[in-house]
Amino acid sequence: MIEDTIAAISTPMGTGGIGIVRISGKDAISIVNNIFQSKTKKDLLKVKSHTIHYGHIIDKDKKSIIDEVLVMVMRAPNTYTKEDVIEINCHGGIISVRKVLEQVLKMGARMAEPGEFTKRAFLNGRIDLSQAEAVIDVITAKTDVSLNTAINQLNGNLSLKINEIRNTLLEIMAHIEASIDYPEYDIEELNYDTLKNNIENIKNKINLLIETTSSGKIIKEGVKTVIVGKPNVGKSSLLNALLREQRAIVTDIPGTTRDVLEEYINISGIPFKIIDTAGIRETEDVVEQIGVKRSKEWLEVADLIILILDISTPLTKEDIYIMDLIQNKKTIVILNKTDLESVIDKEEIYDRFSKDKIIEMSAKNIEDVERLENILKDMFIKGKITMNDSTIITNIRHKEALIKADSSLKNVLESINMGMPEDCLSIDLMNAYKYLGEITGESVEEDLINKIFSQFCLGK
Amino acid sequence: MTYIADNIDVAVIGGGHAGCEAALATARMGLKTVLFAISLDSIAMMPCNPSIGGTSKGHLVREIDALGGEMGKNIDKTFIQSRMLNTGKGPAVHSLRAQADKRRYSQEMKKTLETTENLSIKQMEIVKIHVDENKKVKAVETANGAIYNCKAAIIATGTYLRARCFIGDVVEYTGPNGLKPANKLTDSLKELGIKMLRFKTGTPSRVDKRSIDFSKLEEQPGDEKIVPFSFENDSKSIYREQISCWLTYTNDKTHKIIKDNLHRSPLYGGKIEGIGPRYCPSIEDKVVRFEDKERHQVFLEPEGENTMEMYVQGMSSSLPEDVQISMLRTLPGFEKCEVMRTGYAIEYDCIDSTQLRHTLEFKEIDGLFSAGQFNGSSGYEEAAAQGIVAGINAGLKILNKDPMIIDRSEGYIGVLIDDLVTKGTNEPYRMMTSRAEYRLLLRQDNADIRLTQKGYEVGLISKERYEKFLEKKRLIEEEIERMKKTIVGVKPNVQEFLKANNSTPLRSGISLLELIKRPELDYYKIREIDPNPRDLPDAVKEQVNIQIKYDGYIKRQMQQVEQFKKLERKLLKEDIDYLSIKGLRIEAAQKLNKIKPRSIGQASRISGVSPADISVLLVYLEQLNRKKELDY
Repeated sequence: MIEDTIAAISTPMGTGGIGIVRISGKDAISIVNNIFQSKTKKDLLKVKSHTIHYGHIIDKDKKSIIDEVLVMVMRAPNTYTKEDVIEINCHGGIISVRKVLEQVLKMGARMAEPGEFTKRAFLNGRIDLSQAEAVIDVITAKTDVSLNTAINQLNGNLSLKINEIRNTLLEIMAHIEASIDYPEYDIEELNYDTLKNNIENIKNKINLLIETTSSGKIIKEGVKTVIVGKPNVGKSSLLNALLREQRAIVTDIPGTTRDVLEEYINISGIPFKIIDTAGIRETEDVVEQIGVKRSKEWLEVADLIILILDISTPLTKEDIYIMDLIQNKKTIVILNKTDLESVIDKEEIYDRFSKDKIIEMSAKNIEDVERLENILKDMFIKGKITMNDSTIITNIRHKEALIKADSSLKNVLESINMGMPEDCLSIDLMNAYKYLGEITGESVEEDLINKIFSQFCLGK
Repeated sequence: MTYIADNIDVAVIGGGHAGCEAALATARMGLKTVLFAISLDSIAMMPCNPSIGGTSKGHLVREIDALGGEMGKNIDKTFIQSRMLNTGKGPAVHSLRAQADKRRYSQEMKKTLETTENLSIKQMEIVKIHVDENKKVKAVETANGAIYNCKAAIIATGTYLRARCFIGDVVEYTGPNGLKPANKLTDSLKELGIKMLRFKTGTPSRVDKRSIDFSKLEEQPGDEKIVPFSFENDSKSIYREQISCWLTYTNDKTHKIIKDNLHRSPLYGGKIEGIGPRYCPSIEDKVVRFEDKERHQVFLEPEGENTMEMYVQGMSSSLPEDVQISMLRTLPGFEKCEVMRTGYAIEYDCIDSTQLRHTLEFKEIDGLFSAGQFNGSSGYEEAAAQGIVAGINAGLKILNKDPMIIDRSEGYIGVLIDDLVTKGTNEPYRMMTSRAEYRLLLRQDNADIRLTQKGYEVGLISKERYEKFLEKKRLIEEEIERMKKTIVGVKPNVQEFLKANNSTPLRSGISLLELIKRPELDYYKIREIDPNPRDLPDAVKEQVNIQIKYDGYIKRQMQQVEQFKKLERKLLKEDIDYLSIKGLRIEAAQKLNKIKPRSIGQASRISGVSPADISVLLVYLEQLNRKKELDY
């Protein structure tokens, strides 16, 4: 356990341009050496300890560069964990930090458990005994946070899908095991062609999920972005434009968006949770009142607020009211409907918000929407907006589990192709099942044996 | 009135499969042993199926043999049919099973017990365990008041404790097969603070061979080549004529009779309180739970060479006798069948096995060990496996030696015992191959390689056998090495051989080892192109073939085992109060306090103990170690 190699992002997410991926363990240097490229073709295995090297981290499969980096090589025992440690300083912000970590995991490192660097430091004798309790605190505190994010924030749809896949796997395993443990019972022979199809189907489903994780939809988190504005200024149109699909109801009747709509979008790898609010205004309609109240609550917790104003109508009392509400928050102001004649009092707006926060655009114009997306991305990369980092970690952890499950199933297919007997398949099937269980937080325990006896009629 | 009858080392309570192995082990380790049984005519009795082995159970028998136990040798002496099951699947799940001549099995075992030095067997019921003020076993007491002072006691009472048998609405207070139950020991155990459970199992009817029309049944003969259970025997020396088993099926009529009479079953009527096993459901269970299944298999197995009794596997039932007879008579070939013994369900006292250590000694009672169905398991083989482990450890304890523990990566025995003492069980526990996570390593063919060393160290394996074993190991290693080094070139005979076996022809030289790995080839086939084929024993050839062919899988499991062992080696003391460790969740601390795991590895298998709890334990252990260093 203590000898495998672990990796994690060791800087808070999204707070600045530089992010550090830390790797510790006996394979740390060789793992990074595999994906590190420099002009002088440096071999990290041969460099001196405690030295820094400039180069690139590459994606070996796609043969592309992921980021320009500085790699610090520190050999055991004079390191934090007393193991070989490598720190990769990434320059490309959160997206590339994440991609670099993914490459490192792909090369055989394991995502570190909460507090694991500290735990190793202690177990390897680096941290003083008096700090042991603090070590335990780190472990338990971090575990609480990550457990919460890992399980509670799991999108319900996703856990359904994973459970469905696990159940199919369990059925296959139960079939294999029943025929092994009860060879004389008339259990239908397992047909390798059917089995292969089934496994391929499951693999496809897992691969779809892997893609989903890349687009950040896997957990219900992201940069909480609230779209706000008085009714009918084009909030829903903008959301639709960002989503590039019709989701919110759009009509010309003010107040159509009665409730708060949530959507997740991915802008260059950064998950945004977009909350489309009911328009904020004084209203007597009960349903709409509730919506307005919720909109205000959302403003309180938002990481970013997008205010939309319609330039084809003059500023109203409501607009001023909203601008007062959001004055001191992280805000982007969109002056929408530039395709129409401007009658709005722009000066009033430019007085209240700095120029770089104001975008004149039309939600109907794709180029304008892309311009907005770039601005959002830049703000995130430059650390002007941030999000809770545990969610990103959870995302990577999920992805790691999915990739492992996928590669276990690849082994199963290989075994089938080699004509190996079915009991050889079950090791990898069981591994895939376990990895998927890590995502939903379920353990194996008696699952299989229960399934065998519920599915097959066996016994003396 | 009681009297002191004798001073002995070990008292074994029960003469079934667990008791026999336990008593033989301690006696052979040189300790004065007495085995007490309710009836000396029921030593090593097989009250249920007339066979030894089968999937995963066959593995257990071979492991028992590798440790120096008796079960494998005894079945080799008394089998009437032998089959290797699952030969169409991988070697890890090949399983040996033999039909036994029940009576001879029992007689042969009794003879072995009677001729073993240091061992005597007595027909006496033990009613009480005496302990001293430190809760250390000091004596056992018989129903007639005889007190045997002893250093250790091994309980192996099977299904006898407060046994009740059910046939429909008829309830009888008897043990298996109508034998006398043991009604008093439970109270003594409860007094000692042992937590008892109540389990249930059952057995089908036996029918008269002469009343069966075999022309309507499918014959199931034994294998042509007989594989012995014991590593000390070879195929030829145990050869004999075999007797067939037979197969038939239930049908609509059978199912209708069962359904119409369900209300008369004590199980469905709610009279039985014990928990029955999922894996040996009664026929009524099967019909109810798998309603859409049109037919169920029924195997008819001889109970011995000199008896007309046949065991009807698949028809276990506790329905009333008249219903059992009419349902049996619906089976093809059974129209005129005569029942000789009626099937019954049996309920008995057993223990919550989490009270035990891996040595099968009670954590709370010094010197008290237990094995077999009393521990909540099921099956002759599971019982014998625990018996030998309990015996060995009782012996080692008296001899002041380190305990012998088989871990999950070393044997099915290890899996069995670890499951029992770590997770406990709420139904009679049956061994299954799917319970063994490292099963590609735990094959029946290599049980000797895995466990002979341990058997030798505790003194149950003779020097002679041990040396033979070392020689076998050496031959295997040598031959594998030779396969690695023998390179065959692109020669006509090689290419022809490959072509004949639908294998890709060579472009350059290749080792025999690489050729063996090809799916369509094996060690036996490549002999044809081996420049210097060696004449080796079958068992050696088998190992060479398996170890080369499954190398990839074996290596991967070995890596998993390495990870596993790291945590197994981190030992935890039994006196730790987990509630006092900061950072453990309450639920985990309570579970840990109950189980008192012997290692971090075992702790990680307790349900309710999370990976974070394990991290906390690791830090705690390190903290202890460093404090110790500071003390010096």
